[in-house]
Amino acid sequence: MSGGSRIRVASHIAALPPSGIRRFFDLVSGMEDVVSLGVGEPDFSTPWRISDAAIEALQRGYTSYTSNLGMLPLRSAIADYLRTEFGVEYNPETEILVTNGVSEGLDLAARALLEPGDEVLVAEPCYVSYKATVSLAGGVPVVVETRAEEEFRLRPEALEAALTDRTRAVLLGYPNNPTGAIMTREDLLPVAEFAARHGLAVLSDEIYAHLRYEGQHTCFASLPGMRGQTLLFNGFSKAYAMTGWRLGYVCGPEEIIGAMNRIHSYTALCASILAQFGAIEALHHCQHERDEMIDAYNQRRRFLVNGLRAIGLECFEPLGAFYAFPSIKSTGLDDEEFAEALLEEEKVAVIPGRAFGESGKGHVRCCYATSMSDLRTALERMAAFLDRLPRQV
Amino acid sequence: MMEKVLRILEEDCRVPIDEIAQRLGITEDEVNKLIAEAEESGAILGYGAIVNWAKVRPDRVYAFISISAHPEHNIGFDEVARRIARFPEVHSLYLVSGTHDLTVVVEADDFREIASFVAERLAPIQGVQSTATSFVLKGYKLEGRMIDSGDGPQRLAVSP
Ligand SMILES: Cc1ncc(COP(=O)(O)O)c(C=O)c1O
Repeated sequence: MSGGSRIRVASHIAALPPSGIRRFFDLVSGMEDVVSLGVGEPDFSTPWRISDAAIEALQRGYTSYTSNLGMLPLRSAIADYLRTEFGVEYNPETEILVTNGVSEGLDLAARALLEPGDEVLVAEPCYVSYKATVSLAGGVPVVVETRAEEEFRLRPEALEAALTDRTRAVLLGYPNNPTGAIMTREDLLPVAEFAARHGLAVLSDEIYAHLRYEGQHTCFASLPGMRGQTLLFNGFSKAYAMTGWRLGYVCGPEEIIGAMNRIHSYTALCASILAQFGAIEALHHCQHERDEMIDAYNQRRRFLVNGLRAIGLECFEPLGAFYAFPSIKSTGLDDEEFAEALLEEEKVAVIPGRAFGESGKGHVRCCYATSMSDLRTALERMAAFLDRLPRQV
Repeated sequence: MMEKVLRILEEDCRVPIDEIAQRLGITEDEVNKLIAEAEESGAILGYGAIVNWAKVRPDRVYAFISISAHPEHNIGFDEVARRIARFPEVHSLYLVSGTHDLTVVVEADDFREIASFVAERLAPIQGVQSTATSFVLKGYKLEGRMIDSGDGPQRLAVSP
């Protein structure tokens, strides 16, 4: 019984494609003086009050594990916040699970809900993790495309067309990464009816809930009948500029949260106690700082979208998150060629739309959580780049 | 809207008008009107760079002088304060609550200049009872900006 090594990467992992962003990351990494619109996180540091609260917790010796679900004061603060901001009620004792970012929450949900071969309808273009998260849990992501002409809103007809006997859930994220699209209450209602009609779980990633520049965010769980079949994901990464803290939460029916917590208790145990202290401070005292950051994003959003249009790119009005998703079809290049040439010639990094799914083709993602001076430089360089391209008729 | 325009200018008064207009979703005319209004009303006192003089003139000295004033029947705090404020050495001046009444920020070429300013100019003013001078040894933050806090952390250039 001797022989070669038995160590190997599991075949289903070996077959997992790297995220479309990875290749771009490698391209950018070797270069100097790049102005990057390729990021997916705030350019602000975490508001100092939050950091200070975590430092104080550390100084006072809070360095232990917490309850698997997360510290109760944090869960209570989350429940209060969801009630006052979005009108949804969750019991902090049983219906809220604090996770290592929304990333972990999505993973837990997929593992708790899916059996091999179960299908999840994934609204695309979407955050790069969605499909991989479903696949890793043994599920099958079924892409439901949204289109620029419809401002990347999810339509029930498209969901209906993709439905099969194996469909278990719908996974959507609005305000959306990468498109900046939003769904109003009126847009969401037919999706809710679809989910109700077919008894599907709805995984609603609302991490950009506060980054809305027109109207109010509607929490999916607040739609009629939806509380019982929705998993609501949110976190501190975007609204409070806390990406590196790795803190999020998921709310839903006790039974599902309990199942997710069972996995979480084995695989993660709990979220970092320091991050939890920071998050409590964020919810209790940092509304003002949060709103100031959002106001800054809004100013940059207007500036960037205006600028993109002024240099000749078609760009629908993104009303959420911190991305613009202009079409680059008029240049005659495809999105990868465009992004690569722009990087090479002008040292501006944008992300090709197809990194977020085939339906993102022909677009590039430009993040405006970037300083005004970088946005100015990026637009100047992009204008020079477009000027040099042969005119398309 | 006025406040937003002022915040942008406070952050960087060299931002072009058309950029302010774009950022706030209003017209350039509206921006110009708001700025004119703010200049008129004195909400904008001027446009200047925030200079960290320690970089250029490390020998220059700053002091915070706490003054206890005793307003007399025909001379109120305002009169005392305005008399003090007129001296060019006075950088800023506030009426404050607490153990004393006025806080004066003074700048000068050297310690002696400040000492003589206090002894010969401030102390004799009618209504000034006592002064306590604190010299600035090092600045950490100026007008909302951190001084010399070193390079901040770098974000990854590309992230999901
Ligand atoms: C739509 C979306 N969901 C989830 C995440 C990950 O969030 P977290 O930092 O909470 O894991 C991101 C981060 O870019 C995102 O854009």
